[in-house]
Amino acid sequence: MAEVIKNRYEFVVLFDVENGNPNGDPDAGNLPRIDPESGYGIVTDVCLKRKIRNYVETVKEDEKGYKIYIKEDVPLNRSDNTAYEYLQTNDKDVKELKKKDPDVDRKIRDFMCRNFFDIRTFGAVMTTFVKAALNCGQVRGPVQLGFARSIDPIVSQEVTITRVAITTEKDAENKSTEMGRKNIVPYGLYRVEGYISANLARKVTGFSEDDLELLWEAIINMFEIDHSAARGKMAVRELIVFKHSKELGDCPAYRLFDAVEVRKNEDVLYPRQYKDYSVIIHEDQIPSTVEVSRKI
Amino acid sequence: MSFGIRVRVWGDYALFSRPEMKVERCSYDIITPSAARGLLEAVYWHPGLRWVIDRVYVMKPIQFTSVRRNEVKSKALGSSALQVMNGADKLLYISSKNEIVQRAAILLKDVEYVIEAHFDMTDQVSGSDNPGKFKDIITRRIRKGECYHTPYFGCREFPANFELFEEDVVCTEYAGEEKDLGYMLYDFDYSDPENIQPMFFRAVLKDGILDVRDCEVVR
Repeated sequence: MAEVIKNRYEFVVLFDVENGNPNGDPDAGNLPRIDPESGYGIVTDVCLKRKIRNYVETVKEDEKGYKIYIKEDVPLNRSDNTAYEYLQTNDKDVKELKKKDPDVDRKIRDFMCRNFFDIRTFGAVMTTFVKAALNCGQVRGPVQLGFARSIDPIVSQEVTITRVAITTEKDAENKSTEMGRKNIVPYGLYRVEGYISANLARKVTGFSEDDLELLWEAIINMFEIDHSAARGKMAVRELIVFKHSKELGDCPAYRLFDAVEVRKNEDVLYPRQYKDYSVIIHEDQIPSTVEVSRKI
Repeated sequence: MSFGIRVRVWGDYALFSRPEMKVERCSYDIITPSAARGLLEAVYWHPGLRWVIDRVYVMKPIQFTSVRRNEVKSKALGSSALQVMNGADKLLYISSKNEIVQRAAILLKDVEYVIEAHFDMTDQVSGSDNPGKFKDIITRRIRKGECYHTPYFGCREFPANFELFEEDVVCTEYAGEEKDLGYMLYDFDYSDPENIQPMFFRAVLKDGILDVRDCEVVR
């Protein structure tokens, strides 16, 4: 295993969507998420974390140490579980166990962190035996993401589509096509900010330098394996990483984020491509001890 | 000698869940003392000190927005982890297809507070520690933007920015008004780890200031 990370990091990711729906809002009939007051588009943190998990799962194929805890598929051999049910510890046994091995909580936690990339990175709530005081606790992962927001207000467009295949026999008697709807954003550039705490990596989950490289790789490629009819064309355009010289960091995060300016070019009325924006990093606002790198 | 500090914290969103509306989460109108304590602990904490929140100044109008997300409904099972650890050959994961649930959350938008707090020394303090030292560490960290992990407003997806508030006068959003916010969570009583108890208090926002010094705590 590679060494645990020793520096605090902050990062800015810019990604765009072309004729697609980056993140549907279940509250609004799967329309792209939008801040109702300002019209800015939103992509939730959990949406992006899902993409990162999917990438790691695809690339590592359940390799030892890179398993993913929260998966999208259905467990195939759920029946196996019943075979092991007799192993299930009950309340009484747990108390017994706890007496014998006071460290059992920590051991379970470490075991989970060692095996699962997503628990090591984002954390997990692993509390079950609170009553019996066996509690592996809430593992807070070092990587923390906020909501992504579009640079300019977005417009979502409803596209009505038809299909010739009818679902039920009964419907087929009456009509020859069915109508459907797709909601797309013609173009949107989104920005998300993230934080990595070296302290949580060192003291809790053991998130290593190798994991960090994998995380960058996953962020850069998170949409490359996520193409679908709904998404349209999505791509990560920029991953700007701020590496602090210390575990605790060198300066407030907002100063680094403020130093990254993304603006629509002056002659552009309706942005429709990435070239319509300029990204400027104001190096003078960044302390010299913070190392800035553009990963794409 | 006083060991109080004032920190200005701000961010785009916040969610201080009301315990009575926990499944479809709904935020309190303002930050709870326990969330404010957690925020400070993210910057600096030591077994030898205990943060006590004195006052919270509400700097921006209280506004809500809502977000619905797909969430998993189960937690990682300590028992299954233990079995696999001991060699059981089973699959260990949560299937988000089966365990999915949609939940709405009512969030606060565009929040800013000034938190006034002090710390008490606990009996776990070691010989070389003293309040002055702690105070220096805290102010240095806040000034330089250092933190143990990024502080957040209630949930980790709502990061909080922080800086030392060094002006004398705090101008709040609700000067000249009195708002009764009803009963709010004060904090948890962790003195008995087997039986952690929530504590509540009657929150009144006077001139935009929530004063929790000597407030009556209800269990």
